Order: sequence, then C-alpha cells, then structure tokens
Amino acid sequence: MKILFFGRLRDGPPAGPVPSGVRDTEALRAWLGGDRPELLDTSIRIAVNDEIVPGKQPVEEGDEVAFLPPMSGG
Amino acid sequence: MIALRAEPFDASALLAEFTARAAGAGAIVSFTGLVRDENDGGAVLGLELDHHPRLTEQALHGVERDAVARFDLLDIAIVHRHGALAPGEPIVFVAAAAAHRRSAFDAVDYVMDRLKTDVPFWKRERRDDGAHWLEARAGDHEDRRRW
Repeated sequence: MKILFFGRLRDGPPAGPVPSGVRDTEALRAWLGGDRPELLDTSIRIAVNDEIVPGKQPVEEGDEVAFLPPMSGG
Repeated sequence: MIALRAEPFDASALLAEFTARAAGAGAIVSFTGLVRDENDGGAVLGLELDHHPRLTEQALHGVERDAVARFDLLDIAIVHRHGALAPGEPIVFVAAAAAHRRSAFDAVDYVMDRLKTDVPFWKRERRDDGAHWLEARAGDHEDRRRW
C-alpha cells in the first residue's frame, strides 16, 4: 500500500509497512495515529486511489491512500 | 478551461485569449490573485504551493462544471499555480463570460470561495521568521457557505 501525505503532513515521518490486519481507512488512520496523533483529527480527509472517501472504506495491497489536511487554495 | 501551471503566467495575456474566445458574451469578469509580500506582520519571502497532481485537477474540473451550470456561463477559465512562487506573482486567474454582468461577477466570486476550501492546494509561506503552513481562515468557510 502506498501512503502519501500532503501539506503540513509532509513534515512528519513517512509511513512504514502497513500491518496485514489493517483493512480499512479508519484502521489505517488509527494505526498511523499511534505515532502521529495529528492524523486522528477529523479535519484530515482521506483519499483512496484518487477519490476522497466520506467514511470508513476498505483498503488493500496496491491501493494508494492520501492524507489531506484542510485546504488553502486561491 | 482549467490549467495547473508550475511556471508564472501573464494574467493580461490570459484575459485577452479568454476575451477572444468568448464570442457572444455580454459580460466578462476576471480576477487575479497575487502572492502577498507580508502576512501576520512578517515579510513574505516566497510561497510554496503543494497540490495533488490528480485530485487537484479533478476538483478544479468539478468547480468549473458547477460554476457553468449554476451561473449559466458561456465560458470560464481557472488557472492556478503550484510549486514555488515569489511575492507579487499571480497565483490564480479566474474569468467568467456570461450574457449579463451579474452572473459573471457571481461566478468568479463563487469559484474563488470554492478554491479556498474545496480544492487540494496547501500553501506554505516562507517568512523572515521561518516557514508557515497556511489553512483556510474561518472567514473563508463563512464565504463558502454563502452559496
């Protein structure tokens, strides 16, 4: 699984190998949040394979998961 | 038309191209946003604009579609920079062409409000006291709720 961080989340450490028991976005958030509690904040949105997911979504090997902090364009 | 640009753009040239394309329009409104040279009392030395190469483009297309449908536009242009920008450089250009002025004014205002909160861009300012990530302000979210 490929995990990407954007914006201020880029300043943290990259994710290590995801344990096999992590099978959905909320489990992934909880696992990563052990070392990086900022990821547990509900303002951090998650995209799976280029689609922002509103809630818990299954993830599997080969997926690309992006963590997106609040946006600031324009 | 939407475009993501790593290089600086000339807003007046974009407006001239847009005007030439907008045959039959009764009104064209354009907005150009520039990188500020100060923020929170500190001098801004530069701006880095992070984006997601695919999600950002998808989101821009979504805003474009919504604006055209909502304001009955004849044409729209949204051009946004990413990467490293210097103070004074244009960061965003939005133009709307419509039959009448009110739709064109409202469409540009709407697109800018959507860009502030709904499109994956993240700004980091380099100031004389270090680098600061920026997030949408409370006022930006209030502006977004107007629509």
